[in-house]
Amino acid sequence: MRRQSLRGSSLATLACVLAGSLALSACATMGGDAETPAADAEARTPLARGLDVADVPDPFPSTYRGLPRENMAIVGGTVFTGAGQRIENGVVIVTDGKVAAVGGASTPVPAGYRVVDARGRFVTPGIIDVHSHLGVYPSPGVSGMSDGNEATSPNTAQVWAEHSIWPQDPGFNTARAGGITTLQVLPGSANLFGGRGVTLRNVPSVTMQGMKMPGAPYGLKMACGENPSRVYGGRNSSPATGMGNVAGYRAAFIAARDYKAKWDKWREDGEGSPPTRNLQLETLAGVLDGTVLVQNHCYRADEMAVMIDIANEFGYEITAFHHAIEAYKVAPLLAREGICADMWTGWWGFKMEALDAVEANAALVDAPEGSCAVIHSDDAELTQRLNQEAAAALAAGRRIGMNISEERAISWITLNPARSLGIADQTGSLETGKRADVVIWSANPFSVYARADQVFIDGALTFDRANPAYQPLSDFELGQPGFGLPAANVLQGAR
Amino acid sequence: MRLKSLILGAVCAVALTSPAFAQSLTAITGGRVLTGTSVIENGTVVIQNGRVVSVGTGAAPAGARIIDARGKVVSPGFVAVDSGLGGSEISSVNGSDDLSNGANTISASFDVSYGLDPWSFTLPVARLGGITRAIVVPTHAGGGGGSGGHAHDDSDFAGVGHGGLQSPGLFAGQAAIIHLAAGTDILVKPRVAMIAPFGEAGAGIAGGARGAQFTQFKETLAEVRLFARNRAAYDRAGLRDLSLSRADLEALIPVANGTLPLIVTVRRAADIQQVLRLAREEGVKIILDGAEEAWLVADQIAAANVPVLLNPISNLPGSLETRAARMQNAAVLDSAGVVIAIKGNDGSHRVRETRYNAGNAVSHGLPYDAAIEAITVNPAKIFGMAGQFGELRAGAAADVVIWSGDPLEPLSNAETIFIGGAEQAPTSRQFLLRDRYASGGEGALPPAYTR
Repeated sequence: MRRQSLRGSSLATLACVLAGSLALSACATMGGDAETPAADAEARTPLARGLDVADVPDPFPSTYRGLPRENMAIVGGTVFTGAGQRIENGVVIVTDGKVAAVGGASTPVPAGYRVVDARGRFVTPGIIDVHSHLGVYPSPGVSGMSDGNEATSPNTAQVWAEHSIWPQDPGFNTARAGGITTLQVLPGSANLFGGRGVTLRNVPSVTMQGMKMPGAPYGLKMACGENPSRVYGGRNSSPATGMGNVAGYRAAFIAARDYKAKWDKWREDGEGSPPTRNLQLETLAGVLDGTVLVQNHCYRADEMAVMIDIANEFGYEITAFHHAIEAYKVAPLLAREGICADMWTGWWGFKMEALDAVEANAALVDAPEGSCAVIHSDDAELTQRLNQEAAAALAAGRRIGMNISEERAISWITLNPARSLGIADQTGSLETGKRADVVIWSANPFSVYARADQVFIDGALTFDRANPAYQPLSDFELGQPGFGLPAANVLQGAR
Repeated sequence: MRLKSLILGAVCAVALTSPAFAQSLTAITGGRVLTGTSVIENGTVVIQNGRVVSVGTGAAPAGARIIDARGKVVSPGFVAVDSGLGGSEISSVNGSDDLSNGANTISASFDVSYGLDPWSFTLPVARLGGITRAIVVPTHAGGGGGSGGHAHDDSDFAGVGHGGLQSPGLFAGQAAIIHLAAGTDILVKPRVAMIAPFGEAGAGIAGGARGAQFTQFKETLAEVRLFARNRAAYDRAGLRDLSLSRADLEALIPVANGTLPLIVTVRRAADIQQVLRLAREEGVKIILDGAEEAWLVADQIAAANVPVLLNPISNLPGSLETRAARMQNAAVLDSAGVVIAIKGNDGSHRVRETRYNAGNAVSHGLPYDAAIEAITVNPAKIFGMAGQFGELRAGAAADVVIWSGDPLEPLSNAETIFIGGAEQAPTSRQFLLRDRYASGGEGALPPAYTR
């Protein structure tokens, strides 16, 4: 019976599993439709456990449950919805961890709801960082803990960042104190294919699975440019050049196409021996069927154009270019292709491919219709202040006369990163039906003085700057130098 | 339409690119003036011949060029400490970094001032962040950073090696002061401080253990003093063998006699205590740099009258020597009476973020006035230049920045910048790139035809 329901494309199968409980009924229907053609395959014995991805499509399932929550109404604040609206004296109604309503002062508050007073403060969606190495390059960055780069081969698509994550990294706590509610943890960029990234809910957890976002698609970290060619060229192996990089991507996708075709054929007709499962090709096949999103570290505009051609050659999509220093040079192209550009504002000059950075990058990328401008961190300190990095980008745009509103710019760290991770249907904006990931800021988040006062994830209070009971500490932080000492007579929050 | 206004903005930028040198009498009126030590509403700042003539609330002198700063904020240019400006162009490109030297015969004697490039494209970028003066410090070629963690973007993944490294000495070399005005000479003063890493990095240089470095340091100073007392004997080879080169011995004499400050990069509170003790025992004048755990021993630092260069946003235990790192470090040190200077986020490229770091210190308890002092008068004072720059007061260098708003806010821009009285063109290589592509870059002629 299980065999039958898996006869469709692996795309459909994986999408069903990943989409979570809401989509289960649809999956069952699709499985039923696919059942009709090949009734004779029913006779086949299932493969031994673990030899068919379809048998265990989600081997490290999320155990995320969310923290205790109550229904509430956040009232009186200036609300940036993330989807372009600014509402003065706004009301955000949260029911069962979901946004139930967002509106002006007249929005009714249901009886029995806790009222959170946000007068004089600002309310935004939870901030989303699409490029983090928290947990895989944790603090402390000592040699036994540096688990972010499987720099042993230019293609390590088989590794998964989630298997390197140390949930006790204190950086998760400091990120949350900066408003980060969702983050994608990626492998490093030494390799052409660095491995799978994972999207996390930023709640404290003893296990990685307890943070894993249910239903979020996996990302595949790919890297253009200097890093792979320097690392492998330095070992006198391929790739040593930009052209070696491209040959490496193409060879890998040729193999992935072949692998996928063999599995598809075997699933279709059941003839002969099944293909041998290969974790590396399985991830690349996931890119080809659209279940794994390409998260492509790529600095230079000319390299982005080449990567787009490779995607067309093999028939897959690029979801985002990360560290897209030169995205502003091809902003209309990226908008036409529907590719997000994930950018810094202030980082530049640390290597040749980072030379042409401009602070107005996000503003220029944002300008064309259909664009997706994202501010990201790649850094445990910067992730605590993505709002300020967005403010600097906004200022750079305004300096050249671009009329960009704050309610627009907030999307660079909320709704657009959600698009960049394929989770915009679940979070990234304060819109009815979405997860109630909310930050209440002490002041306008585009001010350097703004602090995240309260951070809610799925409607649950996960951080409160004024209440030590909601300032979680990792195991590592207990009993360390300075532990338990008030550092200054100010509201401390995290560290 | 957005794109049209973009092009207009670009045209305006071009119109402003020829620098107007304001050696003539100039008055900046009506702004909120941050002098570095006080605030004057509706103030008037008068400059002439490269210097500040007066700061107050009076009318502009007759015949002066008037710059209307109503609704704006006027501040001294900021002073970057622990910078590599002009000494490093592209961090990973070998040959463009003149901040570290691996030869063991040129350690303390390494003088960064000879490697400074007034044409560096890092200077206009920092200037647009309001930086007008900088302390350029050498970095130690060995021993590693000691801060641990993941280098952003794995750029350092394979280790960008420094060629010719021979077991280097304890010292990184000597710092220089520069100004950031466009021109052919940026050097203000060479050899203003000696640099030495302590803690994990210093221990690594000495052989692995912290205690070894203290022994080596004391032995080194003993040799320097022996050399200083017996130059003639040394020159005729009549002195016992010394472990340092003659150049290094010579360079360390002012450190040994307490006249040249030693910038000590140190992070752990325990190491700070030991360094304070070492300085007391040896009569060395020190400046603490990094000092992530300094707040744990703030009173001891204050009692020793030792200033601290710090980055207030370093709050993670990046290594085992920064386990007590906190955002409140700056606030605690300031309230204990320690003179602090706030750093940028790297040496060369992200120095412009110094003002944001100061703002974040404010949001974590540092009084606003103290944050301004920490990027203006304090760095000048720490490096012996009090009253000469970093402050709007009569007689100081006319380093003046007019801001669209609060300079610590990312939403504010440095609109007009004077350095030594010379008005600086508000542009950079980055602005030229930005303007070239501001209209989308898909016109009939390739962007290469746009200047």
